[in-house]
Amino acid sequence: MTTEIAGIIFMYAFTLALAIPIGRYIGKVYEGEKTWLDNILHPLDKIFFKLGGINPINEMNWKQHLAALLTINLVWFILSMLILMNMGWLPLNPDDNPSMSADLAFNTTVSFVSNTNLQHYSGETGVSYLGQLTLMLFQFISAAAGMAACATVFIAMKERTTENLGNFYNFFIKSCTRILLPMAIVVALMLVFNGTPMNFEGKAQYISLQGDTVHVSRGPAAAMIAIKQLGTNGGGYYGSNAAHPLENPNYFTNIVENISIILIPIAMVFALGYIIKRRRFAWMVVGVMTLGFLFLLFNAVYNEMHGNPMISRIGISQPLGSMEGKEVRFGPAASAYWEVTTTVTSNGSVNAMHDSFTPLAGMSALLGMMVNSFYGGVGVGYLNFYVFIIIAVFISGLMVGRTPEFLGKKIEAKEMKIASIIALLHPLLILSGTALASYLYAHNPDAYSGWLNNPGNHGFSEMLYEFTSSSANNGSGFEGLGDNTPFWNIACGTVMLVARFLPIIGPVAIAGILAHKKFIPESAGTLKTDTGTFGIMVFAVIIIVAALSFFPALTLGPIAEHFGMK
Amino acid sequence: MKQNILPAIRLTIVCMVFFMGGYTLIVWLTAQAAPGKGKGETATAHNRTVGWKLLGQKFTDDKYFSSRPSAVDYHADGSGGSNKGPTNPGYLKTVEDRIDTFLVHNPGIQKKEIPSDLVTASGSGLDPHISVQGAYVQVKRVAVARNIPEQNLKELVTKHIDDPLFGLFGTERVNVLKLNINLDKMKK
Repeated sequence: MTTEIAGIIFMYAFTLALAIPIGRYIGKVYEGEKTWLDNILHPLDKIFFKLGGINPINEMNWKQHLAALLTINLVWFILSMLILMNMGWLPLNPDDNPSMSADLAFNTTVSFVSNTNLQHYSGETGVSYLGQLTLMLFQFISAAAGMAACATVFIAMKERTTENLGNFYNFFIKSCTRILLPMAIVVALMLVFNGTPMNFEGKAQYISLQGDTVHVSRGPAAAMIAIKQLGTNGGGYYGSNAAHPLENPNYFTNIVENISIILIPIAMVFALGYIIKRRRFAWMVVGVMTLGFLFLLFNAVYNEMHGNPMISRIGISQPLGSMEGKEVRFGPAASAYWEVTTTVTSNGSVNAMHDSFTPLAGMSALLGMMVNSFYGGVGVGYLNFYVFIIIAVFISGLMVGRTPEFLGKKIEAKEMKIASIIALLHPLLILSGTALASYLYAHNPDAYSGWLNNPGNHGFSEMLYEFTSSSANNGSGFEGLGDNTPFWNIACGTVMLVARFLPIIGPVAIAGILAHKKFIPESAGTLKTDTGTFGIMVFAVIIIVAALSFFPALTLGPIAEHFGMK
Repeated sequence: MKQNILPAIRLTIVCMVFFMGGYTLIVWLTAQAAPGKGKGETATAHNRTVGWKLLGQKFTDDKYFSSRPSAVDYHADGSGGSNKGPTNPGYLKTVEDRIDTFLVHNPGIQKKEIPSDLVTASGSGLDPHISVQGAYVQVKRVAVARNIPEQNLKELVTKHIDDPLFGLFGTERVNVLKLNINLDKMKK
């Protein structure tokens, strides 16, 4: 019991201790300053620039940044569709897994290009090794694209008055080679030496101690698992993700993988502090994020360690806590910790089945994705938070009767409109999607009986979770949902697509417009944004805008289920 | 769009070569130095391979310590959990059935002594461990089935308790496969 709690406290403390220096390193990378990896990685970057035909010092304005980002994503989309729909006959397919149907390929492609990694297929049977490696490629480059967009906003926040916000390809390539690649290699090696497979052979076979014949899926797992943890991707190699003993062999690898989930999202905020030379501001942001995170964490850990009351009523003991869908080597505390870290960031890998969590712990996961900026995804997490900052500045400005200014720039109607649209998009997508699915199911439960794995409020939660996860670009699921059907593939694919790109376009546009404006030096009348008071203001905006819009839906799902247990 | 399409295609190809090829190769090469060479470590008993060290397997015979229930029947080529919600009546019935089965196979054990991990399915369906209490509670049954003194079996279980990481972090647990392999080696 106490060792379980000690385990999660250690994980968080160690993550924070790593995030500060890594944040400074990331800041240096985007600023183009010298770092200790230059000697090795400088030649590598040069190759990328040369073969890619890119001039990294060619500065772009915010519109050019977005054009470059969207174009390259289109190329990725086509590439992924081609491979996923043809991998059955392409090489590296020792287990003879089939190609994907068009709707499943669409869903999977959008899912991986958008850094979501929602999986409506199962890793062991649904993709070939070539398919896995292609998806792994997207785990690198979709994460790097988000980070590049975030870097653009950082640079825009720093500059006094400018059009030039650096070069998109430069940020993109450096995010890949300088940040994601070295960390992925380190994590992959730790996994390989703890027993995670890394080979290209087909299934192995053995006869168990009592005589059953068992087949074991293998493949190039370690390489993919490292980057899916680091890039807030979350798409597992195996169907049961990091609950699988080969994907996450022991408590040590669990610590490594779990730290990888939130390390870069936290470090990005410290990178911001480094780039704009406002450490206090960075600490304010981290403080608000951490406050929300701890609230969700406490709720989840408490409920899971207390066990399932319905099981207690049957009369057996629950020495560990709630164990359905969990692994003994992690226990409920580390499972709940993973659950919250993976949903507050947009990672979405799991080391326990979220569908089987106690109702209120499941609500922590939902809320983490609904807010989607308590740390958030690599790069995009801060972009979401940035929208809330803009709204908070505007509201505080109105409250105290000052012109809303943020870092020396006036916030006016245009920026506010963009920020409001982006903030409202997330609830709109989730709630209308869930409403549509519920309507279909409620009016024809026989035709859609394959959808839900659980009756009552929990079944509603399964549908709510799927749309929340899609819109938050998270990718975890209440996996009981029978989601490989044209409806879910297309609906979730569309939601993921919209929810990925608009929240990138919006903040980059705001930052670009603000950067272009005249710089107003700080005066006695300026609203200070690096104080605790402003932090509370941002937190309040997040609670009101994000959390409360979902309250009615949560009442129908996890809250009703919880009170139904009494 | 026009001036971006060419760099986008070229850059994507470079990324494919480097990340699908180069990075994979680096990890694969270092895996050759790891135990099991990245192919997975197997466990041996009775002069043959009886499983993978990391993977749980099914034990239904009363002579062996049982593993946890599995939603995928311990098929290691299709992992998964039950995804049953905590209040699902059908699920709770399944748990009660498992408890009844356990009590039939383990006479002399009371309901409240059964830890929940023995009657709930794991996340992967391949959980190699059971809780410490989950191992001790089966000692009586295995002792009768094998005609070994209970005390000797208890000592064997105690020897197989894996401590938390560095004795500080995580859970205590028992690896079922390892325990059963050494159980087979025990003299009567």
